[in-house]
Amino acid sequence: MHKNSLIEKNQCYHCGEDCSDYSISTDDKVFCCEGCRTVYQILDENNLCNYYNLDNRAGNTVKANLERKRFDYLLDLEVQHKLVDFKKGNTVSVTFFIPNIHCTSCVWLLENLQNIDQGVLRGTVNFLKRTVTVVFDDSKTSLRALVELLTTIGYEPSLKLEQLNEKKAHSIERNLWLKLGVAGFCFGNIMLFSFPEYLNIDQSDSSVMFKYFFGTLNIILALPVLFFSGIDYIKSAWAALNQKGINLDVPISIGMLALFGRSLYEILSGTGAGYFDSFTGFIFFLLIGKVVQKKTFDRLSFDRDYKSYLPISVLKITKGGELSIPVNRIEIGDHILIRNQELIPADSINTTDHLQVDYSFITGESEPVTLIEGEQVFAGGKVIGQPGELIVSKKVEHSYLTQLWANESFKLSQNKRPLTSFADRISPYFTFSVIGIALISLIVWLQIEATQAFTIFTAVLIVACPCALALSTPFTLGSTVNILSVNGFYLKNLTVVEELSKTNTFVFDKTGTITESNESKIEFIGEKLSKKESQILASVCHSSTHPLSKTIFKNLNTKELLTSDSFQEIHGKGIIATIEGVQVCLGKLDFLREKLTGIEFDISEVLHSGSKVHIAINGSYRGFFSIQQRFRKGLKNLLLQFDGLDFPQYLLSGDNEKEKSALLSLYKGWEEMRFNQSPTQKLEFIHSLRNKDTHIVMIGDGLNDAGALKASDFGIAVSDDKSSFSPACDAIIDSDSLGSLDQFLSFSRISFNIIIVSFFISLLYNVTGLGFALTGNLSPLVAAILMPLSSVTIMAFTTLATRLTAKKMGLKLWV
Amino acid sequence: MGVIVLLIAFSLLVALTFLGAFFWAVKSGQFDDPQTPSMRMLFDDEPVSKNNKTLTNKTD
Repeated sequence: MHKNSLIEKNQCYHCGEDCSDYSISTDDKVFCCEGCRTVYQILDENNLCNYYNLDNRAGNTVKANLERKRFDYLLDLEVQHKLVDFKKGNTVSVTFFIPNIHCTSCVWLLENLQNIDQGVLRGTVNFLKRTVTVVFDDSKTSLRALVELLTTIGYEPSLKLEQLNEKKAHSIERNLWLKLGVAGFCFGNIMLFSFPEYLNIDQSDSSVMFKYFFGTLNIILALPVLFFSGIDYIKSAWAALNQKGINLDVPISIGMLALFGRSLYEILSGTGAGYFDSFTGFIFFLLIGKVVQKKTFDRLSFDRDYKSYLPISVLKITKGGELSIPVNRIEIGDHILIRNQELIPADSINTTDHLQVDYSFITGESEPVTLIEGEQVFAGGKVIGQPGELIVSKKVEHSYLTQLWANESFKLSQNKRPLTSFADRISPYFTFSVIGIALISLIVWLQIEATQAFTIFTAVLIVACPCALALSTPFTLGSTVNILSVNGFYLKNLTVVEELSKTNTFVFDKTGTITESNESKIEFIGEKLSKKESQILASVCHSSTHPLSKTIFKNLNTKELLTSDSFQEIHGKGIIATIEGVQVCLGKLDFLREKLTGIEFDISEVLHSGSKVHIAINGSYRGFFSIQQRFRKGLKNLLLQFDGLDFPQYLLSGDNEKEKSALLSLYKGWEEMRFNQSPTQKLEFIHSLRNKDTHIVMIGDGLNDAGALKASDFGIAVSDDKSSFSPACDAIIDSDSLGSLDQFLSFSRISFNIIIVSFFISLLYNVTGLGFALTGNLSPLVAAILMPLSSVTIMAFTTLATRLTAKKMGLKLWV
Repeated sequence: MGVIVLLIAFSLLVALTFLGAFFWAVKSGQFDDPQTPSMRMLFDDEPVSKNNKTLTNKTD
């Protein structure tokens, strides 16, 4: 199993990316950059090269963060205290979230960190949550050294501001497992002890003694089920009744208490064997439903606010030099340094000339803006290219980025329509009919045979217990959510499925949602460039950090680069450079006119929307690159599908109108298109669409959509990379799956019909049970058969029905 | 027939031991992460490598 045979020669041994040349190599292995080689050297030195054998796609490229980040702030005791899980003597345990964890090799390497740093005692990876918990010896290594090590080997932990403000809540899940375990244990044993009763072997003399013995055991075993496993249902029912409402837990609790009370009475009075087997089985099945319901996507986060975006630290420039400090300690007037690809944490004044800032995440503008000295910079922008020195003008909490969360209408939208499940809505009717039937039978039987009346009354309450009813929703929706996640659509929880199935109005964001954020459609219009000319052009573009230059460089696809003799980049305008005696000028048309006087321009650029980069080589105009943002695959079809269903569709964009024609050619039927929208305007637009018949879906991707996502009935965040941060929403969709949204929608509708059908099935069981109960024939054996049977039928029916539907619709069932 | 009482007491004791084991398993976190252990079991105990530097860890 050698990797060499699998990987082509010019691919980086560490990350598998194409190498532009063979210059960086060690032990006849080629690397794409110094970063990758360093990782290899560290691993090789510490005998950890097994890393490359476990998985072919093991290495993470370290190209992006060649510049070494500084982690001085991790020396700060307060920061340390908030990050570590616990500290005992010199032993410290800390959990990092590492988005880069993606394969077996990652798990292996991160659990063998002690081979590299001897201060590490052990590492434990949770693959689903993408976390690693490292226990280390504080006297031999430090938190800072650990983070630096992880960053060097390509596993940079994601350290965000929110981690400084809150501590993780401990898992409620463990408790649920324990409750299920206890219920299952008692259920099994009580069934065993009830066996003589089922077989009716109580003819002998000693049977009376055994009856009491088994009865007592059953009572003892049933107690923890009522007071530990099932107590949540009673609490929830009590809370609902206190608020003068009835949820599904009310009939469940009535059934539970009736079962328990009746059984207790029968055993203590010696009149019967009781229904403790049914009672414990009932709670056991209910808890299984709850476990299914609790299953969520740990690694995805649906409730993020601005704190998740901001970095944990920032470089502060002091008289003594640069110092990295936690972001929440930035004061007004501080000088801070923000480097390439770093986020600006607070509103500031720019002191660097021609600072390029990319606001796409907060405003939706696709192109970076160039700022001159003294201009205002807003929090949330990303610095591109040369580092910027800023003077902080507002604290983090009062910055532009955070305003949205303070906005009144944003707060209003917090309490949007209350989410009640279908099951909860029908439970008042259910409860009242059960109590009604029970009372009528009580009165009727009092006339016929008063001794039987009380028995019948409790029997009705017992069989009417909506166990199957309570299971149908979690099992159907659990299965639905599971299938959707396999297909790239991750729902926040089960309750939102119902809202999804009702939606009928769609609002799309443009940048990053309709258009792909990294890919663009590029074409060269003009006189064809020779191979040499392309090479020269590529070399010039390579030296620039402007996104358009990068796009052109990628498009030219040249491996070997030339060094330029002279290079001058005027920010926001263009580049003029000389390579091997050839002068190249590229950029805006005005820039070319200004630099090269007396040349002719014959162009028909009006025909092309999108951004343009004009090229002149050796003083003669050659044409221009037209760069358009590319629309996502399958989107056109999706828009037409919704159109066919008569759903109104809106478009909101933070960008200007330059791509309006392209958007119209994609789909003509836009109900309305709005450009230059601020995050707050987007939020207000959603509010204005509101009326009782609309169920609005907002589909967005960035922070600029955060308000609108929250205000809508169903917010969907589009994400290229699931583990990266997406704003607060009800669901996250893989960008590749966006085209199938119409299918997901109809699937959610069908699963709602499945719930309704399964409700009828479970009602059928209840009616059958009522037949036994009303005639006074509900023996413990009948109850013990009927109850688990109905539960199992519902579980099997809902699971099979959803999977068959999904298969019919062509959705994937397995990963 | 009295032996049945004894047998049942024993069977309950055994069952309770298993319940205790389940409690221990949940509390020690075995139910928290169902995925990673399945990957971990594939690792070799001793990483195979061509150069034996096991004894001279950390040369820098």
